[in-house]
Amino acid sequence: MTTILGSQAFIGFIYLVASALFILALKWMIAPPTARRGILAGEIGMALAIGGTILQLGGEGRLEHIAINYTWIFIALGIGAAIGVPLGLVQMTAVPQRTALSHAFGAFCVTLVGTAEYFLGIQGNGIPVFKMTVLCCEVILGGLTVTGSLMAAGKLQEVLPQRPITYKGQNVVNLGMLAVAVGIAAYLVHNPMAPHLFLIMVGIAVVFGVMLVIPIGGADMPTVISLLNSYAGLSAAAMGFVLNNKLLIIAGALDGSSGFILSVIMSKAMNRSFTNVLFGAFGQVQTSAAAAQEQRPVKSASPEEAAGILAAASRVVVVPGYGMAVAQAQHKVRELYDALSKRGIDVEFAIHPVAGRMPGHMNVLLAEADVPYDHLKEMDDINGDFPQVDVSLVIGANDVTNPAAKTDKASPIYGMPVLDVEKSHTVMVIKRSMNPGFAGIDNPLYYMDQTLMLFGDAKAFVSNIVKELTGGH
Amino acid sequence: MGTIIIDALFVFMLAGFIGFEVIKRISPLLHTPLMSITNALDAIAVVGALVLVGRHESRLAFILGIFAVIAATSNIVGGFLITDRMLKMFKSTRPTKS
Repeated sequence: MTTILGSQAFIGFIYLVASALFILALKWMIAPPTARRGILAGEIGMALAIGGTILQLGGEGRLEHIAINYTWIFIALGIGAAIGVPLGLVQMTAVPQRTALSHAFGAFCVTLVGTAEYFLGIQGNGIPVFKMTVLCCEVILGGLTVTGSLMAAGKLQEVLPQRPITYKGQNVVNLGMLAVAVGIAAYLVHNPMAPHLFLIMVGIAVVFGVMLVIPIGGADMPTVISLLNSYAGLSAAAMGFVLNNKLLIIAGALDGSSGFILSVIMSKAMNRSFTNVLFGAFGQVQTSAAAAQEQRPVKSASPEEAAGILAAASRVVVVPGYGMAVAQAQHKVRELYDALSKRGIDVEFAIHPVAGRMPGHMNVLLAEADVPYDHLKEMDDINGDFPQVDVSLVIGANDVTNPAAKTDKASPIYGMPVLDVEKSHTVMVIKRSMNPGFAGIDNPLYYMDQTLMLFGDAKAFVSNIVKELTGGH
Repeated sequence: MGTIIIDALFVFMLAGFIGFEVIKRISPLLHTPLMSITNALDAIAVVGALVLVGRHESRLAFILGIFAVIAATSNIVGGFLITDRMLKMFKSTRPTKS
């Protein structure tokens, strides 16, 4: 009993509409005023695709099983939704690890479907060369993305150590594993009837994902998350080839190119080469030559002094970094913004592309704290303005303000584009202590004449400055 | 079979170009929500999983399909939800024109 619902034309048309809606969803994400319309387009597209697929399955006409299978479909959808709601309600500071976790979930789905398709294929008429090729791409990319993303999520949640774990010959081991997996894939393409080899290949991909992310430190997370995003997309596109489903190919290609573009932006912002990104070797040991330098004198200031200097300024630029997120200081920073704005002081925020742990991390945190987004400036837009800035206030950012990146060829971050905060009249840096930052790179900014160090917890310090500014008014 | 493969490759190529052109215009301001919405859209892989469950061609495929539906659905629901929450927070001091 094949009805209209079960026909290829029906589902093909639904998928066509859904594809258009997905493209519109991304097109409308261009800027905040239209972005929420983009979500709506995405949701409608998704609902149509899921609804259409379920109806089509009913229309295929295996009546005796339909009731049971439908029940299971709705149970699975219900459980998935029940897991998804809390994942959609996490705190904004937890967004990077949530994103990593969802890359893992997406890749998990793709890997499971790929494995199921493989076993269905070898039970049936075998698997043609092209299908087997894309199937191998699907499960290798999917498998490594599952564990790679779980590792990234673990590091971001600080369940796992954030520091890079490296050992001798790491790259040889990693590339060797990848080569073995690809070798097995090449064999399977021509001899698909080897389920044990298939499972070994998936297993290697899964272990490879762990090994790939182990050597990567917290500061490199924006690039890694983007790259895993791209892998997740490409594995979904590969699944689209396996199932000859154009909607999946389109969604996977969109996601793959999105992750790819973000990885390129992130790697440029960290001055890492393109090959470095593609092969995931960006975690390579950053030997810190400066870590053991002798103590040099720095000038420090109290909250009262800092408040006095800020009150006397007419233009202030705040440079936020991961430290602001860790200290949950974004709401206090917003109070500071209010207090200064009320005095007629022009306050802007300078956002480095890799500030934080994922692309756009700082923007979301500051938006959460109700800082208007037209005051958030990209690096290239604000860098020329620093000579006219009275006070630059650096909160929990380090490497992205390091002038050594421009001058010191021996510095591990030499060549990385940085915010030119040292050109402003006064620089104030809120920092816990003089311990070098995560990457262990010394920052000459701290020893400059115009720099004042504000030692303390970012949230408490900003809060004290705000008290001074509002109390003394 | 040959033309089906070529058709699929054409679709992939065109979608890749569209993705590239559309996404490179997106403001860095919204890169985090961009990543969460592409994550939700990517979970369209759920349709492949639904077919495995709905057709029930083998016990293994059926069980793997159920877990795949759960994983993808959680991404759809969680992804759209958090993207919406994030975008709601972005406010401008200037009156918005849409």
